Amino acid sequence: MEAIENKVGEPPSEESILVEAARSGDIGAFESLVRRYDRNVFRIAQHITQNREDAEDVVQDAFLKAYQNLGQFQGQSKFYTWLVRIAVNEALMRLRRRRPERTVSIDEDVKTEEDSMPREIADWTPNPEQLYTQSELKDILGKTIQGLPPSFRTVFVLRDVEGLSTEETAAALELSVPAVKSRLLRARLQLRERLNKYFKRRDGDTRP
Amino acid sequence: MKCSDFLKELTDYLDDTMDSQTKAELEEHLQWCHNCYVVCNTTKSTIEIYRGSKLYELPDELRSRIHSAIIAKCQCHKNGKESAAPEQVPLGQEKPSK
Repeated sequence: MEAIENKVGEPPSEESILVEAARSGDIGAFESLVRRYDRNVFRIAQHITQNREDAEDVVQDAFLKAYQNLGQFQGQSKFYTWLVRIAVNEALMRLRRRRPERTVSIDEDVKTEEDSMPREIADWTPNPEQLYTQSELKDILGKTIQGLPPSFRTVFVLRDVEGLSTEETAAALELSVPAVKSRLLRARLQLRERLNKYFKRRDGDTRP
Repeated sequence: MKCSDFLKELTDYLDDTMDSQTKAELEEHLQWCHNCYVVCNTTKSTIEIYRGSKLYELPDELRSRIHSAIIAKCQCHKNGKESAAPEQVPLGQEKPSK
């Protein structure tokens, strides 16, 4: 088995040391990787599946698959991007099982540009998230993103919530960079449109 | 620049991944087009609200349960592999024939 290569002149990162140790059978090292990324994987899984039990299963299955296949990880991408790819595939598989009547695919490019054209142009109140309690806000955001096609919300969560770059998102989803950008734009615009009714400035709101 | 052209570039503009000339053209459009100004600002807020929302946090109790399950499964996989692996012979030593 080849060692994971680092760029010339760069010392191995803490992560690549952990990955290398885990590949040699050090479960403690793998546990450190689990601790590092379990929250992210759970968040991604729940955004895609919209179901907590499925998200729990996805986290377990994704990490187990990663452990079993560490030998195939070449270190050309970050471990996290590789893990996300496994987790997204697991999450989409669970979603398909729950919704066999609907096609669920990351390649799904369901609608035309017009679907994302802004219909309501309304200014929002300043700090709109402060209009609601934490739990009300979570409820609003959860319901709103749930209405997006899975391929859109997957791109949005990786890019805008988890902060992966466009290139990393494309690699994790096996999509082209233009396809990621197109879905991201439409996801952002559709979410904005749907959030209007909760956050728009009301009559009599005189704050700047 | 038309509003539809502005919208096409919105993602790159919000991510600040565009050349300075296109950026200047978009900002010029924003100076006089109130609708695009509002769409741009509210889309930016949409991203910020989701990013800061703590939506779908993993509770500690569930986290520790998931950890135990993952590590137990990995251990099981490792033990299975070890017991299935052929007997290791140190380098330079021939396995004695029976």
